Amino acid sequence: MFVFKILKGDRGGQLFLLVLLAVMVAVPVMNSLPADNPLYLSTYTVTLLGKYLTYALLAVAVDLVWGYLGILSLGHAAFFALGGYAMGMYLMRQIGERGVYGNPVLPDFMVFLNWQELPWFWLGFDQFWFAALMVFVVPGVLAFVFGWLAFRSRVTGVYLSIITQALTYALMLAFFRNEMGFGGNNGLTDFKDILGYSLQADSTRIALFLASAAALGLGYLACRGLVKSRLGRVAVAIRDTEDRTRFIGYKVEHVKLAIFTFSAMLAGVAGALYVPQVGIINPGEFAPLNSIEVVIWVAMGGRATLYGAVLGAIGVNYAKTWFTAAFPEVWLFALGGLFVLVTLLLPRGIAGLWRRKEESAS
Amino acid sequence: MQARGTGAPYTGATSNPKEDLTMLRFLVTLLLLCLASAPIAAEIETGDAAIDAAFAQLLDRNFDVKAQGVAALAASGHPKTGELLRGILESELRYLKENGRLVWMQKRDDGEHAIDALSGEDYGTYSSRKFKKFPINNAMRGQLRALAAELELHDADPTVRLRAVNAMLDNVEPEHAALFSGLLEKEQDAAVREAMSSVIALARLSATDPAERRKAIDDVSGSLEPAVRNGLTRLANSDPDKLVRAEAAASLRKIEDKVRLYGHVETLFFGLSAGSVLVLAAIGLAITFGVMGVINMAHGELIMLGAYTTYLMQQLMPDMIGLSIVLSIPAAFIVSGLVGIAIERGIIRFLYGRPLETLLATFGVSLVLQQLVRTAISPQNVPVSNPEFLSGLWQINSVLALTYNRLYIFIFCLLVFAGLFFVLKHTRLGLQVRAVSQNRSMARAMGVRSARVDALTFGLGSGIAGIAGVALSQLTNVGPNLGQSYIVDSFMVVVFGGVGNLWGTLIGGLGLGIANKIMEPWAGAVLAKILVLVFIILFIQKRPRGLFPQKGRAVEG
Repeated sequence: MFVFKILKGDRGGQLFLLVLLAVMVAVPVMNSLPADNPLYLSTYTVTLLGKYLTYALLAVAVDLVWGYLGILSLGHAAFFALGGYAMGMYLMRQIGERGVYGNPVLPDFMVFLNWQELPWFWLGFDQFWFAALMVFVVPGVLAFVFGWLAFRSRVTGVYLSIITQALTYALMLAFFRNEMGFGGNNGLTDFKDILGYSLQADSTRIALFLASAAALGLGYLACRGLVKSRLGRVAVAIRDTEDRTRFIGYKVEHVKLAIFTFSAMLAGVAGALYVPQVGIINPGEFAPLNSIEVVIWVAMGGRATLYGAVLGAIGVNYAKTWFTAAFPEVWLFALGGLFVLVTLLLPRGIAGLWRRKEESAS
Repeated sequence: MQARGTGAPYTGATSNPKEDLTMLRFLVTLLLLCLASAPIAAEIETGDAAIDAAFAQLLDRNFDVKAQGVAALAASGHPKTGELLRGILESELRYLKENGRLVWMQKRDDGEHAIDALSGEDYGTYSSRKFKKFPINNAMRGQLRALAAELELHDADPTVRLRAVNAMLDNVEPEHAALFSGLLEKEQDAAVREAMSSVIALARLSATDPAERRKAIDDVSGSLEPAVRNGLTRLANSDPDKLVRAEAAASLRKIEDKVRLYGHVETLFFGLSAGSVLVLAAIGLAITFGVMGVINMAHGELIMLGAYTTYLMQQLMPDMIGLSIVLSIPAAFIVSGLVGIAIERGIIRFLYGRPLETLLATFGVSLVLQQLVRTAISPQNVPVSNPEFLSGLWQINSVLALTYNRLYIFIFCLLVFAGLFFVLKHTRLGLQVRAVSQNRSMARAMGVRSARVDALTFGLGSGIAGIAGVALSQLTNVGPNLGQSYIVDSFMVVVFGGVGNLWGTLIGGLGLGIANKIMEPWAGAVLAKILVLVFIILFIQKRPRGLFPQKGRAVEG
């Protein structure tokens, strides 16, 4: 089967997908247990896990461009947030008359700003299929235009990193403006339901968790397939020596653009699944710090392994949840220390440790 | 506070203190009335007979007599006459009944001091009820104002004269033309002459003869005084003579052009000062990034450390704010420089040749430094005071005023730039730095200890970030996030100007600052910033290596 062909030789990936499948079965079962059972998982935890899974998908998207294409994007949170905003706009339209001001068409913040009609870019977002399409299209188009400009003029290395950071910074400033029509500082929140199901219901939460897990699994397979394909091997060649690949005759810009755009769409999907689970999207998601944090997840887990990105995203975020609850003031020390130690001592991440053991064993 | 009941029961009228007070007040009033109606012999005793006599009349109840007193005072010839007239006009001049001295009431921490209006002697504190006012009416106010203005117009100090002339600009009468023409002939000071000419012109703008008015319009052309503009606007809108209207409108347009020009000058100045901040923040980065190829994401935090050093220096010497700022400059250089060297020796040197990893590691350092400041000092912003020489305005003309702190920051930026330029071009370290940046292996082959040069270069760049922090502490809030807000901007400046080129950083920074301020009025601050960012992203497409790219074989490698 196609899936087996893709996963051939990818021990980490096989293990990861098995665990993911097991979790997809176990979590709904554990959630349905009585509350006093030691194995019971509260809906809150399920949602938290779902959030981690969307982060993991974002990390996979970053690993695809950083690990296999050599582009260190410090702006992937922008694509994540754009996907999130597309979903948020759909959820906003679903509120309808249940908003504080009871306006059937306009979201509350527009009524508050005294807007008379829906701006054109909000049209169509009352349809789920349209919003779902936009989750792919908006980050994709942005990545395409940005990448086309950047790769064509051969902006590489740290320059590229810096301007991706400038991109997300500019978007953050833009979305903070009330005039943009995306809720300004407060963003979009107070969602009621998705596809007619209440967002507060346990069953919806489980469904969202399963959707996130499925998206992560499919996203992983897609990236794995891409990496194994001819395109993926050209990408690795570009990562290692861009000039030689170009001299051999490959269209370096096209390869980069295609993979970068694909990665941005993946990030958009992650964002779209993230928003209904956390219940809010605001311009803070565009903050440059967020993008850089994603990079450290990938570095922590192990660059250019894909499953390492998943490991890093879930591990670091679990640590973050734990630290910020137990010792809030220590978290930034820990995160900062992690950045330094991982780059200095673990250049191949946790997955690298495992791999080295494997290599020395064989 | 605890409420207490009245201690003793009501016993009789004589023992009630309240009753006594009313009685006393009545008696005093009676006494005062007697005193006031009686011819006043010598209530004011200043030692100057002319002034005493004038003030005796001023205390008369009859306002005609008072007016005579004012005239007498104006004619007294005493050097302080102008001040006294203004003091009466603004009800600030008082007299003490017990010794008949004319005094100013000065509020200090230990009460109201009586300061002699003529000799400046301090008589100590008095209850504010002891200070007596000179009652005046509206007719007297007009008289006082005119007399005071006239006296001030003849004052020996040109700034007093200028103030007096400017005070008249708002209510010019046609007959002022003759008065000021006479004064103008004797006037030496250029600024006063100009102001006087404006008054004369304004007076003539209201002349009855249309030809006279047109000549006046001609004379005021180019004046920036708001009063002149008001006068011209009045003529342009409602003068009965058509020709006068047209000429007034034309002159007004010319003035508005000039105002707009000064507006542009002001925008340029704002842009330069905003750009100076960018240059200061970015120039250290230009060294570490440009010379060493190292992305230091902790650069913003080194700026923040500089700002906090300023804060700590001020805590050390709270009474000498000015001195503490001056001392903060070397202190911040040392603090940030040492931290920078520690970062280079501890982390960066293991990561040479891996710029992306350096970026991540230094980002980690920036998080740690931020949290360190939060934990060690405070998560809130800390107050940093501005010394006196940094506050205030430089009034160039009535439409253009430059604030000193912005002016100084521009000068400071140029000084830092010049200093750095000197270090790089004319010292041994600078020579080695340039050699290593151009061709590391060749420099090593020639005997340059590149590891030491790296550490020192990084220390230099970081130290300059600290100095930038001192400057920023005078402009913005000092808090743990100070550095973060400048890091993206600093990178933009370096990338825009061209890596490894100090001139590029200077011109790039100032240019971006000006572009930002030019766009702000019509786009708003946030949109202007976004547009600048988008512009840089597009600019990088066109010139991937910035405005002034580094040339040579080593560059591509």
